[in-house]
Amino acid sequence: MMNRAPVDILRPRWNPAYFRRAQRGLALVTLALVAGAVVGRLIAGALFGGHPPALILLSVLPALGAMITLAGLAALTFWRPIARFLRRFAVVVFYAAVVGLVALVWVVALAIDRVDGLARAMPGGELTTDAIYHGLPAAIRFRVVSWLLWPLQFPIVRDLIALVGIVGFINLFAAYAIWWERKVAGRIQSRLGPMRVGGWHGWAQSPADGIKLLGKEDLIPAGADRVLFRLAPYLAFVPAVCGFVALPFGSGWVFRDLDVALVFVLALVDIEVLGVILGGWSSDNKWSLLGAMREACQLVAYEIPMGMALLVPVMMIGTLSLTRIGDAQQYGWHSWLAFQNPFAFVAMVAYFIASLASCKRAPFDLPEAESELVAGFMTEYSGFRWCVFFFAEYAAMFIVSALCVTLFLGAWYSPLPASWGTGLANGGLAARAIHGVLFSGPLWFVAKSLFLIFMQMWLRWTLPRIRIDQVLYACVQVLLPLTMLVVLGQTLWQLLVTPGSAVAVIANVLCSLAGAVLLGGFYVLMAHGLLHRRRLVGALAVDHLPGA
Amino acid sequence: MLEAVLFYLFAGVVAVSGLAIVLSRNIVRAAAWLLGALGGVGALYFLMAANFLGAIQLIVYAGGTLVLIVFGVMLTSRHAAAQARPRRWEIIAGTAVCALLFAAMSAALLRTEWSSDANPATGGYPIAEIGNELLTTYLVPFEVTSVLLLVVMIGAAYLARPERK
Repeated sequence: MMNRAPVDILRPRWNPAYFRRAQRGLALVTLALVAGAVVGRLIAGALFGGHPPALILLSVLPALGAMITLAGLAALTFWRPIARFLRRFAVVVFYAAVVGLVALVWVVALAIDRVDGLARAMPGGELTTDAIYHGLPAAIRFRVVSWLLWPLQFPIVRDLIALVGIVGFINLFAAYAIWWERKVAGRIQSRLGPMRVGGWHGWAQSPADGIKLLGKEDLIPAGADRVLFRLAPYLAFVPAVCGFVALPFGSGWVFRDLDVALVFVLALVDIEVLGVILGGWSSDNKWSLLGAMREACQLVAYEIPMGMALLVPVMMIGTLSLTRIGDAQQYGWHSWLAFQNPFAFVAMVAYFIASLASCKRAPFDLPEAESELVAGFMTEYSGFRWCVFFFAEYAAMFIVSALCVTLFLGAWYSPLPASWGTGLANGGLAARAIHGVLFSGPLWFVAKSLFLIFMQMWLRWTLPRIRIDQVLYACVQVLLPLTMLVVLGQTLWQLLVTPGSAVAVIANVLCSLAGAVLLGGFYVLMAHGLLHRRRLVGALAVDHLPGA
Repeated sequence: MLEAVLFYLFAGVVAVSGLAIVLSRNIVRAAAWLLGALGGVGALYFLMAANFLGAIQLIVYAGGTLVLIVFGVMLTSRHAAAQARPRRWEIIAGTAVCALLFAAMSAALLRTEWSSDANPATGGYPIAEIGNELLTTYLVPFEVTSVLLLVVMIGAAYLARPERK
């Protein structure tokens, strides 16, 4: 008989030899990169006269790479204490990571701002590293900093940074929105949701799932149209990323300020659906095909009320540019477009409902209805491709929520009038940070979008799924006439009610109050739920079966 | 430089997808290629700073291709594999019409005097102008188009309605 050590399947151990080999490899790469950085510095100094691109390519980048591999080496070597630390201080680490990411984005923005200021002070030609070095505040006046800031003056470098930011944001958001959704679902269903992975409330569940999905077998059904089957997830994800290109996160925080941003974003949300439909068709599976056809039906139907509802803010401001529409709402809560008149308020609600259908969220999640269609259009997908579909869905959720926020709910401005904060906006660093938290900025934009996404989750776990004929009935016979009436009403309102007249002011005040009451009611409900969070569980809690 | 590279890239996408539409036998796949061709044209519009045209190209043709794919799926069963097998006279007639169209368009392109300093749609706010023009100068064509679309819609509804006695 073979004499093998018993395998403990509950606690698998990886091969220590592989582990040591990985450590050795990382150490070698680190040493090579450090040596490369030193040699590159000498070469750049000797051959290129210390010209910045050579310096950055030959010296700064290898040095940064060495830092990353060193961090990897440290993580491999000290994974036990690191894991223990992460488990014990997970809450702190989690919140610190959020704050740190925000700070990182802000630092990059400040750096670009500083370079812009220097470039404006010195017209003509490109900035030299010396000019940047002497323009730095004394606290951070280092050569390395000036080398790092030097590329920021070129638009293409900024575009790259912004793209990295956008893709990073989408990935982090999607991963953590999935975790968040599972926690919300747990709370609504009186259970806990993910609790194990990572220690604190399963905060590492999504990364763990991601790693698991990467390791899964990549199946393609025998009868599938292989090209389209492989293409479909990307056709769903890429337009969602492109949609972020025109989305303004704050004044000046937009990748490309298009004059047709609204139409552009809507077009990309549409194209995303093509990925879903092609994926469903190419799977050669009747459930997938049914899911895809439902998605097509639903999208073609709901696009019309969605467009109609979006016409209302466009009519009010007279532009398709999202930044201009956002800027028109900077005068505080009452200036948000949803609260201008009753029609705008109804338009917002109609848009929200239509947006649920367009990103296939419950109660309109028929394309993937698990109870009837296995998993709908994703039935045949596994592993990473499946994951990409999910990322596309969450990115689309963010886009439609962000559109709603931009068009109806004050964009990136807080309920306080922006004019109160002009002093802070032009002050020092601390004043600007306070301005960003209190008055306007990407934080407000993301927070409001997250609020709407929470509404989507809330609806998903509260409402039952409706039938496809009910979906189409709700669109064609209820929502479509409603939005037509709203557009007509808005037209008449603009023709008949002069701005500033008694009717306009009363409508504005009433709508603002209604909005405030709704929001206040939401917080009261939340507080009530928080205070009585044990009550339902206590009544329903059942002990384990004996022996289970 | 970058513009030229991007232009040839997108023009290549349009040309390749266009050929692929014609050459692929599978209807749904042809529709997918159509998406590539139309998207490439949209990208070319964006490259020319004609943002409105580009966005409209995407939104109209994405929806259009969507409906086309739906028809492709509905009208053809999967295992007849949605094959399009044209007859010989169909190929000849199609080629002739396309050759004629190609000749006409090339002639028009070659005869036009292109002003080299044309600087389209940069700066300003062209959408408002497009809207004004549509509702003043080009009001009649605009309205006639909408009547045409209405006719199409009524026709489609008539064709799609269930048979009643």
